[in-house]
Amino acid sequence: MSIVYYPGCSAAGTSSDYEKSTQAVCDALGMSFTPLPDWNCCGSTPAHATSTELSAALSVRNLDIAAKMGAEKVATPCPSCLSNLRLAKKRMEKPEFRARVDELLDEASSAELPQTYSVMQLIYEKYGSEFVAHRVQRPLKGLKVACYYGCLMSRPADIMADFGHPENPQVMESLLRACGAEVVEFPLKTECCGASHGIPERQLTANLSGKILETAQNMGIDALVAACPLCQMNLDLRQKQAGKAMGKEFALPVFYYTQMMGMAFGIKLSALGLNKLVVSPEPVLKKWQAALKEGVCE
Amino acid sequence: MDAINLSHKDAAFTRAVATRSGQSVTACYQCGNCTAGCPAGFTYDMPVSQIMRGVQLGLKDQVLNAKSLWMCLSCSTCTLRCPNDIDVAGIMETLRHMAREQGQVSVPKVNKFWMSFLDTVRIFGRSYEIGVMALYMMRSLRVFTDVDLAPDALSKQKLGLMPHVTPNGGAEAVGRIMQRFKERADREGGAA
Repeated sequence: MSIVYYPGCSAAGTSSDYEKSTQAVCDALGMSFTPLPDWNCCGSTPAHATSTELSAALSVRNLDIAAKMGAEKVATPCPSCLSNLRLAKKRMEKPEFRARVDELLDEASSAELPQTYSVMQLIYEKYGSEFVAHRVQRPLKGLKVACYYGCLMSRPADIMADFGHPENPQVMESLLRACGAEVVEFPLKTECCGASHGIPERQLTANLSGKILETAQNMGIDALVAACPLCQMNLDLRQKQAGKAMGKEFALPVFYYTQMMGMAFGIKLSALGLNKLVVSPEPVLKKWQAALKEGVCE
Repeated sequence: MDAINLSHKDAAFTRAVATRSGQSVTACYQCGNCTAGCPAGFTYDMPVSQIMRGVQLGLKDQVLNAKSLWMCLSCSTCTLRCPNDIDVAGIMETLRHMAREQGQVSVPKVNKFWMSFLDTVRIFGRSYEIGVMALYMMRSLRVFTDVDLAPDALSKQKLGLMPHVTPNGGAEAVGRIMQRFKERADREGGAA
């Protein structure tokens, strides 16, 4: 039984660095996925804001292909895809809802649809912190970081109950501590960044991302670590807009957790897509490399 | 604050929201936890707890015209913190669907952005960032949207220049899903 991989649309565009580093980290750990052929967009917020049935149909087409491949699980790096795929599976348990969704599809969907997991949860559950720590070659020494999950990695709570507390998850913290980083408890770890309203309602997103960046920067951290392509883009690419909204200047690098894990595993930096980060990661890399050198001299 | 005219109470609306969302809207006792935790609340014309009260009182027009429905980020903090286990975010979603079906879209640019996104999904099977932006700028006539981000977005290759296409007929399959959805919505009298 295999785990089928659903990358989500961002993986091919705005977050190709997340995709690259996710693959590199999974390779290093020995976690293998079967690609989902011919997958389609889950419809994200625009679909579920339009119709629950349309949203489910878009997700179910993917889950059905996976089911026919005999997939035991579906893995995705993107929290928004995760939420849509999980909600669709749950809603399909109701026969009336299933009938309405099947009507939209080319053929009726499989009776049993596989469950979807974030890549983060799969790494944590399959390998655990100890194994991850064992794999570390270049520990994230000297780096103080905060983990930011965004809204959808741990919510809605009823469908994400297996991930931990909906407002205080600990999985990312455990993984990064295993990689040798000093991880602070970030109070806004599951607050919303403003999501896709950045385009039509810039001020809303700039304010929410601004609050997150301000709190993070005041904690004296070297970097914020994200797990969602949209959150990362709002906090990194839109960091100047957020600064303007708060009347502050921010200079806080925002990494994907897989980039940080990849660094610790000794994966070549060019294979982790660090060149795509808008706020320069250089100060973080320098501090880390200096700390590693010091460690060698000790 | 405006006075609420209770003679306009529309009990059928209250029932319709309860049925479509699957939630017991009467369970809300106005503790205000949802409003306190709502990150987008500062942009709302009607706080989410007032929307809940409006639903209970059957204030159909007031609720379906609220800008709040379109500023909601679907983060589901309200649902999580409701002491009565009401899926408040689910009710907000139901209200968005009902408002759109009646042609009451109080923040058109948010809806235009969503429709632009879905257009690229219908055509390519996957969303396509530059396509979304182009369609959105055309629809909203806001041609300078995020132009300040262009240098970083382009130099860091944040935007794929080519659409992300599904290779083996997926785009066509998605097109058919969308087509069937639209036909059914037209037939049933809702706006797609």
